[in-house]
Order: sequence, then structure tokens, then C-alpha cells
Amino acid sequence: MTYALEIEGLVKSYADGFQALKGIDLQVREGDFFALLGPNGAGKSTTLGIVSSLVNKSGGQVRVFGHDIDTELSSAKVNLGVVPQEFNFNQFEKVMDIVTTQAGYYGIPLKQARISAEKYLKKLGLWDKRDTPSRMLSGGMKRRLMIARALVHEPRLLILDEPTAGVDIELRRSMWQFLEEMNRQGTTIILTTHYLEEAEALCKHIAIIDHGEIIRHTSKRELLQQLSVETFVLDTEQSLDQPPVLDGFHCSINDDGALEADVAKGQGLNALFVELENKGIKVMSMRTKANRLEELFVRMVEDNARGEAGQGKVTA
Amino acid sequence: MTAQALWTAFCTIVLREIRRFTRIWPQTLLPPAVTMTLYFIIFGNLIGSRIGEMGGFDYMQFIVPGLIMMAVITSSYANVVSSFFSMKFQRSIEELLVSPVPNWTILAGYVAGGMARGLGIGLIVTLLSLAFTRLAIHNLPMVVLTVFLTSALFSLGGFINAMLATKFDDISIVPTFVLTPLTYLGGVFYSIDMLPSFWQGVSMINPILYMVNGFRYGILGVSDVNPFVSLGMILFFIVLLAAIALRMLSRGKGIRH
Repeated sequence: MTYALEIEGLVKSYADGFQALKGIDLQVREGDFFALLGPNGAGKSTTLGIVSSLVNKSGGQVRVFGHDIDTELSSAKVNLGVVPQEFNFNQFEKVMDIVTTQAGYYGIPLKQARISAEKYLKKLGLWDKRDTPSRMLSGGMKRRLMIARALVHEPRLLILDEPTAGVDIELRRSMWQFLEEMNRQGTTIILTTHYLEEAEALCKHIAIIDHGEIIRHTSKRELLQQLSVETFVLDTEQSLDQPPVLDGFHCSINDDGALEADVAKGQGLNALFVELENKGIKVMSMRTKANRLEELFVRMVEDNARGEAGQGKVTA
Repeated sequence: MTAQALWTAFCTIVLREIRRFTRIWPQTLLPPAVTMTLYFIIFGNLIGSRIGEMGGFDYMQFIVPGLIMMAVITSSYANVVSSFFSMKFQRSIEELLVSPVPNWTILAGYVAGGMARGLGIGLIVTLLSLAFTRLAIHNLPMVVLTVFLTSALFSLGGFINAMLATKFDDISIVPTFVLTPLTYLGGVFYSIDMLPSFWQGVSMINPILYMVNGFRYGILGVSDVNPFVSLGMILFFIVLLAAIALRMLSRGKGIRH
């Protein structure tokens, strides 16, 4: 099996003794759409920073498509495209110059760089802005510019550190579509995000990092199967003031006035509908609540925090 | 990276640097032209006419090589220190750090960018000086070698300053408190023969003295120091600063966490 990224025993310690990464292991298969999740300060950006050579590691190994960053850094970098969390382009340069200059750093001649830049600026809706100084772009456009810049040399592995932070919903969805298309065409994608809905919608595999350690590394499907209860949102014909009392199902009314019903593993949906029918409630449409991953994530991070606190008591 | 790819990457850095300083030409190209013209008028014409000869040449002819060199030194240094520090400040340096460009190519690109501005300014100031005096070149290879190597040396100095700088104040300290005094005391406006022997000895440890005199030798054929010693000094400092800069780059000093 080919791995786009292999990390073994990665450690990052700072001069003040703080250990941001405590020997993490991670593998991302070629063609995967992978999410690295974790609370603020968990070590996500540090991990991706080391992979993309922006942070010096203190120990461990990193390989990009088999190229060790200690011995074959140049080959590793050629395969990598990086979209950082914060805007990091020259605010005074024009959009086209930023993208073609980046291509030049990869040894792509200007003529070829212009063709590639045109392709990605058009795909990302920035072609009309090609002669605009980057500081004049909106926040969403700046994010898309960083994606175009990261793709201009056609990397096999694209790393995105919170690519949709601060982006409105419409634009976020169009960026999702773009990234899904890139992934379908063979680009391996690794992203960090605070929008767990994003990870749930896009990713095939997920790792959760907390306090510099990987606490979970599995497929999304497997992770979601751990949910013992799934919540369904039901739009009813008549709005309800109070949640109905149903035998075997906990119900509530959400902020939008829709009915939410918790269905435990093993409970059939038919039983829910029978109960609703008995109460004279007619359901017009139904969907799953899109925060299943969020529930799991919060639970895992809390469990991890409890575990660490417990260990602290023992050693104290 | 292949040799062709490295060359493309190098040219990309240099062209970006040239694009930067020509885009802001009122800040980069115009001020030295104005300042040097004032030097020519005030020191060369007005005061110089009362000073008489120096080193066998009229005062204007004597100071022109030093003033050209002064413009080359300050412009080469300023270009690299401000450009590289701005990239650090805006974090656009990360564009280079994630790319496969080797450190020596990054350094060479910035130095070449600094040289492009330094030599461009040198040319502008030389052309302006022709409006005030006649320049008969004594030794063209010496002129070319000295000015190229000096420009490269101060571009390297600017690069190291930018690597170490953590705030904008840090990039003006060296030019103001080190470079300017050393340049003024480096024999631009006088021959060190005029100084008492103690201060002549002190002047000999000023590296800029060697560059100014090496260049003056190339143009006028007179120098306070052996021109080959001048070239040797410049080459020594180039090797030293390049080694320091590459070491800092490989350790990621100030640019990698």
C-alpha cells in the first residue's frame, strides 16, 4: 500500500520545555481525504508545520510518498502543496504574480506557470481578479488564492489547515465541492478544521489529536458506528409547542421549532413512526442531525482529559 | 531539483526582487539619486572648489568614486534587509520555505536581487556624476570586480540583518549606527593620509575603506591601500558572511519555529 504521509514517533519540544507533540504516529493512504481534528493547541498545526518544513521537529520521522524529509527533503516538498491557516502572501503583489511566482519556486518556467495559474484561478473563481493586488481581495477570495497557489505545481498531497475558517456557508460549500473534485482526480487531501460538519461531509479517515497525542485514528464510518444514539430531525405538518412523550424515544423541540428524536442503536425507525402515528403527528420530512461527529469528538476529548486528570492523581 | 529547475527558481526570486524595487521606485531609486546630486553640488562644486586637489585630482573627481560606492553599499544592503524582513513579517517567506528551493539558491536569489538594485543605483549615480566631472577609468576590471563584490557583500550583510531582526527597528539600527559611520569614515570624502597616524591605523580596520579605495583605484589609479588587498578583504568577508547566512538558513533562525 502506498502512503501519502507516514509519521513515526514525531516529537516537538520547545526551549521552555513545553512538549507540543509527544511521539505521534500517523499514516495517510494515497487518495485519502483525511481529517486531523483536535481542540485548539492540541498539536494539529504543529504536525502539519513539521510536514511542510515550517516547523523544526525535535524527533521522529516524516515521509511524504516515501521520501524522508531528513534525507530527501526536496523530493518530499515537490509532492506537497500547503494551504496555511493564516494569510501568508505578499499583500502588495498581484494575484497572478503570487501564483506564478510560487510555480517558479518549483522550477516551473513562466509560460507553463501562467497556464497552470489560469487553470486554477478560473476553477476557484479568481480569474477576473488576476491583476488585482492581493490586499484588495475579500477574505474568501484570499483563502481561494492560497488554494490556487498551493495547487499550481500539481502536488499529489494537499494539506489544508482550516481552509474554510471565516468563510460564509455558500462559499464553504463551493470549496468543499472543489476539494472533493480534486480528491476524485487523485489528490490526497489532509485537512484540519473546527467545523466537524466539514470533516463528516468530506473525509474518509479521521485522526483526533489532543495534548500532543493521537487519541483516535480510524475511518469515519467506524468512528460514527460508535455512536450509541443517533438524532433525527423531523419536520412535522403542525408545529409542536411541547415535545411529545413517546414510548422508548426521547424527543425535544429544537431552536427552529422542528422535532428531534433520539434513536438508540438497535431501535428501528418503524417503531418511531408507529409512536408518532399513535400521537397523531404527521411527519413531512426527515434528516439526520449533522453533528454526529461533533458529539463523538467532544466525548473523546472529554474522556481523554478525564484520563489525564486521573493519571495526574495517581502520580501525585 | 534539476539544474534547469534551480535556474528557474533563482530567476524567479531575482525577478520578484526587481519587480518589488521598481514598483516602489520613489522609495528605492529616486532618493539616492537626489542625495548624491546634492553631494555633488555641495561637497563637489561649492566646498570642493575651495579645498583644491586631493590625491592629485580635483576634489570632485576624488569624491565621485566614494559616493558611487556609498550609494551601491547602502542600496544593496537596504534592498535585501527590507525585502527579506517584510517577507518574514508578512509570513510570505513561508512560500519559499515550503518549496523545494535549496537554501543556497534562496540566498543567491536575494543577493542577486540586492546587487541588481545596488548596481542599478551605482549606474544612475555614475551617470549623474558625469554632469559634474569627467571620469577616466584607469582599470576597468578592477572597477567591475570591486563594485560587483562589494554589492554582493552588503547584500549578504542585509540578509543576515533581516534573519536576526524581530521588529522593524532592528532593520534600521545597522544602517544608521554601523554602516553610515563606517562609510563616512571609510575615506569617501578624504584621503587617510590627512589623518594623524593613530587614526590612520584605526581606519585600516574599517572594511569599507578597502572597498572605497579599491574602486577609487579602478577609476582614478590612486588608493590609500593596496587594491589587491582590497579585493582579498572583500572576498574574505563574502565567504564569511555567506557561510553565516547559510548556517542561519539551515537552522531556520527567525523563520522556522
